[in-house]
Amino acid sequence: MTEESSTNDLSRFKTTYFEECAELLITAEECLLRLQNGSDDPEDCNAVFRCVHSIKGGAGAFAFSDLVRFAHVFETALDALRSGRVGLTPALAEVLVRGNDILGDFVRAAQEGVVLPPDHGERVTQVLNTLTGQGGQDSGAAASTPSAPVAAGEACFLVRFIPTAEMLRTGNDPLMMVRELAGLGALETSADLTRLPARLEDLAAQDAYLSWNFRMTTDQGRQAVLDVFEFVAGDCAEVSVEPDGGAEAEKPEAPAAAPAATPAAPPAPAALHPEPSEHPDHPDHPAEEGHPAEAGLRMRAEDKPGSGGVHTASIRVELDKVDRLVNMVGELVITQAMLGQQTNRFSAESHPELFMGLQELSHHTRELQESVMAIRAQPIKTLFSRAPRIVRDLSSRLGKQVRLVMSGEGTEVDKTVIEQLSDPMVHLIRNSLDHGLESPEQRAARGKPPEGTIHLSAEHRSGRVIIQIEDDGQGIDRRRVLEKAIEKGLVERGQSLSDEQIDQLIFAPGFSTAAVVSDVSGRGVGLDVVRKNIQDVGGRVSVQSQPGVGARFIMSLPLTLAVMDGMLVAVGGERYVLPLTNIVESIRPKPEQTHALVNVGNMLTLRGEYIRLVALHSLFNVEGAVTDPTKGLVVVVETEGGDRVGLLVDELLGQQQVVIKSLESNFRPVRGVSAATILGDGRVALILDVGALKAEGDRDGGGGNAPLAAE
Amino acid sequence: MSKCILAVDDSKTMREMVAFTLRGAGYKVVEAVNGVEGLSMLGRETVDCVITDVNMPQMDGLTLTRRIRATPGHAGTPILVLTTESDQSKKNEGRAAGATGWIVKPFSPEKLLQVVAKVCP
Repeated sequence: MTEESSTNDLSRFKTTYFEECAELLITAEECLLRLQNGSDDPEDCNAVFRCVHSIKGGAGAFAFSDLVRFAHVFETALDALRSGRVGLTPALAEVLVRGNDILGDFVRAAQEGVVLPPDHGERVTQVLNTLTGQGGQDSGAAASTPSAPVAAGEACFLVRFIPTAEMLRTGNDPLMMVRELAGLGALETSADLTRLPARLEDLAAQDAYLSWNFRMTTDQGRQAVLDVFEFVAGDCAEVSVEPDGGAEAEKPEAPAAAPAATPAAPPAPAALHPEPSEHPDHPDHPAEEGHPAEAGLRMRAEDKPGSGGVHTASIRVELDKVDRLVNMVGELVITQAMLGQQTNRFSAESHPELFMGLQELSHHTRELQESVMAIRAQPIKTLFSRAPRIVRDLSSRLGKQVRLVMSGEGTEVDKTVIEQLSDPMVHLIRNSLDHGLESPEQRAARGKPPEGTIHLSAEHRSGRVIIQIEDDGQGIDRRRVLEKAIEKGLVERGQSLSDEQIDQLIFAPGFSTAAVVSDVSGRGVGLDVVRKNIQDVGGRVSVQSQPGVGARFIMSLPLTLAVMDGMLVAVGGERYVLPLTNIVESIRPKPEQTHALVNVGNMLTLRGEYIRLVALHSLFNVEGAVTDPTKGLVVVVETEGGDRVGLLVDELLGQQQVVIKSLESNFRPVRGVSAATILGDGRVALILDVGALKAEGDRDGGGGNAPLAAE
Repeated sequence: MSKCILAVDDSKTMREMVAFTLRGAGYKVVEAVNGVEGLSMLGRETVDCVITDVNMPQMDGLTLTRRIRATPGHAGTPILVLTTESDQSKKNEGRAAGATGWIVKPFSPEKLLQVVAKVCP
């Protein structure tokens, strides 16, 4: 039983452990930040303590000694804090936050199997140690080596054991000690009944009356014998283990019993049956009929000992496994579409069962798909929890006062989307802090409160998740942006751009307006990278700005990256898919509803509202399509921003679930198209990106003489 | 029928390690994340032995121990407290609360099985 073998046995839990550590570190940080902001809720402090304690506990099991050492120092300080021995000062709070970072360093080092320099976190360690009055080298929590029995040769002991009357009340059954002694070697037992009350009515069922004398031969040494009584040593009136003088002579009879004495042996059937069960309410026989509710929790019958009936609120599954499931569901959706296509030539009357079956299949496929997607969904809180830290660190570095407000943390989003959002979000927050918010003095001069506000919010809107980062800073300086864009050759001098168009220029590649390149943001690899990252997952980012009042960055991403509901439309010989969530209505316009406006393009009047008309056939250069809006159909779609645009198509072919296949990874990005899909008949159809189509329509004046496909 | 052990710990890693080790040795294991859940589990399952962490949110292990002792039918149920080596005082507190014994963290699977076998034969 060496440290080595035990860590090997436990290594399978490392993944769980590190996942748990990540969560614990985040929780601890949240609580520490609350403490730092003046929270006097004792639960915050307790929670941090528990987090660190749990991390230490696991680290000990895996023998991450560096991690254990630091966690112990940290834990000791937190214990002093929560017990009130030490008061929380701002300086201490700072150290604790730093301590949590260092704890994170050690966790990562353990995870990656690297060793940090011995002085890592030394300053914090020293501060914490001073705080708790500990010396530099506390070894209290060093991983313990399991107490290996010292080979001592055979010896004979006389053991006397007199329990106190109360011992049974802690569940310590003398029988268990007798049994354990028997496991150590040959045992002779004699019970002393003198304390037993003479009359039955004097006997208290919960009290212990017997005492024992044992004579045993063992090769485990005296300490092993004493260890048997470890739990009751404090309660016992007397435990004595004395070497028996006559031991040597009896040696030969011992070997038969010795092999059974390994401490690791599973509960061996007791070899002897002493009869000390003097209380009726024996723990060996809990009232079985007293627990009727067992069935409610059992998921399956016990097929082997020790399995089944396990109550778990959640399980951890590797993402690969879920992804395989997602892919298979995708294939299933395609197969189902194919079956639907094949059955078009049958009539529902002649094959009612077939059609009913197909309907069932479609129903189940959808449920399956939704269930699988729900597995991958996570609250966006995991992403937002990084924000307070970033804001705090940056604001102190930049000398700005910032209040962070968050809303919609419970919004659930696909895990991959969350991961892809992380960097862009951090970047945008930095950007708002660095470029958006003014210094307290500037703010005061403008009549604003010295403390700026950043509002981080998330919400679901028409099948997408919208994340907004809003600040009440100075907004975008359009004059400077335009100058810079002209200077960089992004815009021609004299070109007329709307305010919105100027604002979006900040996402152009290589664009950076920061007069002084700070180390916070603005290294020139700025917002264009953000936009690229977001586009890679089928998302969009835009900015709305009001000079002097503030700016709002809007990221919009698909909720899932795998399957969506679409409307299949025909344009000439081509098939396109429109996301169902974007579609408002479809109409066949009357001649008086369509207008060709000079310099603006084709417009459609709908109930008194002007809507831009985008002809898909000209945008995608499709031959043989319906070109007259009054002969075709106009599908009115709405973008996330709430803008409406009418798309001219030949006809609607039907609604269906489509599996999203990335164009970026399988082909290359195409403007106006978010992805592709495979139809039931095996053809590839493009999934249209409504927001991008609107932008294209705005750009080239609607009716479209500039086909995208020429790009 | 195999013995049923109730493992109470707010740390999933610890719960998993305890449960895995015990199940491997043929025990049945039910889990709870804090004292409150542990107590309710005790009412639902036929529990032969309890292993509980000390520091847990909502209800700590010592309170849980006292509450179990006060629960009819569990006056003598073995209760093992998971504690860290430096916590000698915790051992005493545990015993005062009515715990049968303790397991010092970090522990090896062998040690865990040995102690459980001792109190829950």
